[in-house]
Amino acid sequence: MGKYTIRRLLTAIPTILVISFIIFAVVDLSPSDPTGNLPLTIPPEVRQKIREALGADDPFAVKYVKWLNQFFIAEPLNFIETTLGITFPGSEDRVRVISWATRGPVIDIIAERLPQTLWVVGSSYFLGVMIAVPVGVYSAYRQYSIFDQVGTFAMMVGFSVPTFFTGLMFIVIFSVNLKWFPSVYDTTLVVTDIESLQQQLRQMFMPVTVLTLYTTAQMSRYTRASTLDNLQQDYIRTARSKGLTERTVVMRHAVRNSLIPVVTLIALQIPGIFAGALITEQIFRVNGIGQYLIIAIQGGDLPTVQTVTFIFAVLVVFFNIVADVLYGILDPRVTYS
Amino acid sequence: MKTKLSLLLILVMVLSSVGGIGVAQDGDTVNILFWQAASSLNPYLSGGTKELEAASLVIEPLVRYDPDGVMVPWLVNEVPTLANGGVSEDLTSITWNLRDDILWSDGSAFTAHDVVFTGEYCMHPEGGCSTLNQFDGVESLEALDDRTVKITFTGPKPFPYGPFVGYFTPILQKAQFADCMGVASQECTDQNFAPIGTGPFMVEDFRPNDVVTYVRNPNYRDEGKPYFDRAVFKGGGDAESAARAVLETGEADYAWNLQISPAVLSAMEAAGQGTVVVAFATNVERLMVNHTNPDPALGENRSVWMADGSNGHPFLQVDAIWKAMSKAIDRNVIAEQLYGAGGIATCNVLPGPPIYASTNNDDCLVQDVEAANAMLDEAGIVDSDGDGLREYEGIPLQVSYQTSTNAVRQSTQALIKQWWSEIGIETELRNIDAAVFFGGDVASPDTYAKFYTDIEMYTNGSNGTDPETYMGNWRTTEITSPATGWLGSNVSRWYSEEYDALLDQMSQTGVLEERAALAIQMNDLLVQSGAMIPLVYRGSVSAHHNSVNGIAMNAWDAELWNVAEWTRS
Repeated sequence: MGKYTIRRLLTAIPTILVISFIIFAVVDLSPSDPTGNLPLTIPPEVRQKIREALGADDPFAVKYVKWLNQFFIAEPLNFIETTLGITFPGSEDRVRVISWATRGPVIDIIAERLPQTLWVVGSSYFLGVMIAVPVGVYSAYRQYSIFDQVGTFAMMVGFSVPTFFTGLMFIVIFSVNLKWFPSVYDTTLVVTDIESLQQQLRQMFMPVTVLTLYTTAQMSRYTRASTLDNLQQDYIRTARSKGLTERTVVMRHAVRNSLIPVVTLIALQIPGIFAGALITEQIFRVNGIGQYLIIAIQGGDLPTVQTVTFIFAVLVVFFNIVADVLYGILDPRVTYS
Repeated sequence: MKTKLSLLLILVMVLSSVGGIGVAQDGDTVNILFWQAASSLNPYLSGGTKELEAASLVIEPLVRYDPDGVMVPWLVNEVPTLANGGVSEDLTSITWNLRDDILWSDGSAFTAHDVVFTGEYCMHPEGGCSTLNQFDGVESLEALDDRTVKITFTGPKPFPYGPFVGYFTPILQKAQFADCMGVASQECTDQNFAPIGTGPFMVEDFRPNDVVTYVRNPNYRDEGKPYFDRAVFKGGGDAESAARAVLETGEADYAWNLQISPAVLSAMEAAGQGTVVVAFATNVERLMVNHTNPDPALGENRSVWMADGSNGHPFLQVDAIWKAMSKAIDRNVIAEQLYGAGGIATCNVLPGPPIYASTNNDDCLVQDVEAANAMLDEAGIVDSDGDGLREYEGIPLQVSYQTSTNAVRQSTQALIKQWWSEIGIETELRNIDAAVFFGGDVASPDTYAKFYTDIEMYTNGSNGTDPETYMGNWRTTEITSPATGWLGSNVSRWYSEEYDALLDQMSQTGVLEERAALAIQMNDLLVQSGAMIPLVYRGSVSAHHNSVNGIAMNAWDAELWNVAEWTRS
């Protein structure tokens, strides 16, 4: 097992390098321009000078090597320096990954935005799983019951209605008409006491609910299908014929086995939490990682797009390994040797 | 197993809740909503309107424009003119006398050296300063003493109010930015994110592309101002929800750039919580007419201008055709239905300030499809093969028409396509993402500068009240071509010796009335010879909550130019 994990981690390194190259090539080849969104009153010659100052017109290879150097050498060294409070020689000349739009280090902005993304997307994901698993299991156990029918319908609606619609509907109902919740998310709010906690919960309510609806719908469909499969297995009949209580049959035998693929799914979707929710963040002005990526793409901000997408790629690769390893731990039929 | 997982998730959430900066919420805060967030607070490095606006609360120019486009002394005692001796007789220099009661927010004195430094900062060849064109023709800047700045130009400068006038060129503090010249400017993150200024507020916390929080500047020159203790400049979202936050939920006090469906906006305003405000400068949405041949079959010569006129457009240079196309458009419908309060139908490329606005072209304001058809029939441009399209010398009138991706623009395209079909012209519509369309990628065939279609639509305007630079966009030397990497601002590739002569004349003329007459002459020449078809005079549309007083919507300077005067009732 340990050997397997190490082997997977080692083979991930070339994969990640290839991914970084492909992302860079795609982003660089796209025809967007960092000066494209500036007012037209800025003449083309000045735009040319801005691009030169940014290094946007450098050859592909130069830009790529520059980014590799900044991301894999300068950023880790800087991280070690700031966390341990020490200074390596040459620290003054080291250039971190700098965004073309803000002229600030990309990693700092990601770190600044991670809390709100994890709060909103993370808690909706957590809530989604907490609701989806029991709903899915019960729907499968009582297949075609009223609970199952209603649940299936609700989940189908949650799955098919896009978040930009539910988000807008929530704003009109809860912000405009009822005035219960704010429609503008205050990212500078810090929870220090009961009052600010209430405020935080209030502003989280709408984006979290919108996202939870979507996650729950997806997960519960999956849990239901998996549980249904297992309830029809021979070992369930065996368990029942042994005279075990219904509770033991369902909870110990059926559910535990049904959750194996669900856990994999959950692990595979964790990178999505870090990626944020592009649309929902935009609607409620949560301004997390998702919104940052959209702005960077629109603004032709290559270092930012490259860095953010690359971090996602690394997370996806990593959680794929985690899912595989978990599978081995949870399911005794799977062995890695 | 399940408990383990929950524990893991809880751990992730607890970890994520650590971080963030504490903010005390005392006093009254003005909440400003910009649906495009500011990415930097150094306007010299970004050039976008949102950054200029966000910075305008903190750093200030020597002179601002008021809503009527009149110069107001801000950090100086008076505006230098020929009459008061501030501008030299030969028009080659201007001398500014700074006020002596101005302090930076850190308490140090504001001096002439800061002004000179700001000019040198922007003019540094490697800095990539985005407002460099404000310093066009500047030869040198010198501080004659602590209070006096002299700017010398390379030649006569009839309008010497480029540098340090208006929100494009606010003054930076020399002490703070001294190490940020040239290449180093890119890495001065601390300075760019929190410039020290002379304005009513100072930066407390800046989160790029998200939110800026400001606090009152204790060293502000006017006692008792600003009224607000704090200001929050929140970004993100979209225009419609920004309008809703001010007009319907009252969560924000001010929302910027609300270009949304006029019907939706007026319904929101009817809720009675806030007011929509509009101001007009010089922006005109126009159809640019390609004067070169964009036929892909030409290969390298596609859309390339030849000095001998050999590569002209097959039919768009024919007066009857472009005039008929202009005549067939109902500009009032576009302005009222799509732009609402923020649009007025226009036939001019230079619609403001009022003294520069021509009245010689107003006949285009009335749509007349019949007259357009008659005009074409008369010129012998008829549908000879019965396919519903007119032909000019055997070439069917089919035009391609591109613009950037934007709901209002696509609606305009659809309307115009319909009107042109009524005069026997077929239109193929295209829309391109703004970052590509307005971008400078030489490899992309879709940029507005390459203009590989017959017609393209966008907005442009003058960068301030004086039209000289703007009118210079149609100079022959500004024609975009592959030889110059498609740099240049004459994208129609329209050319007139008479026009160039008028421009030269303007650069030698210092008297305002004469300059205005020349500008009108140039405007008329442009629109009467089909360099473009103007459509809509566009204003800026914003909204404020009714509890905030003192807002004076301004299109010539920052919208937030007088934030120090804002109060709450």
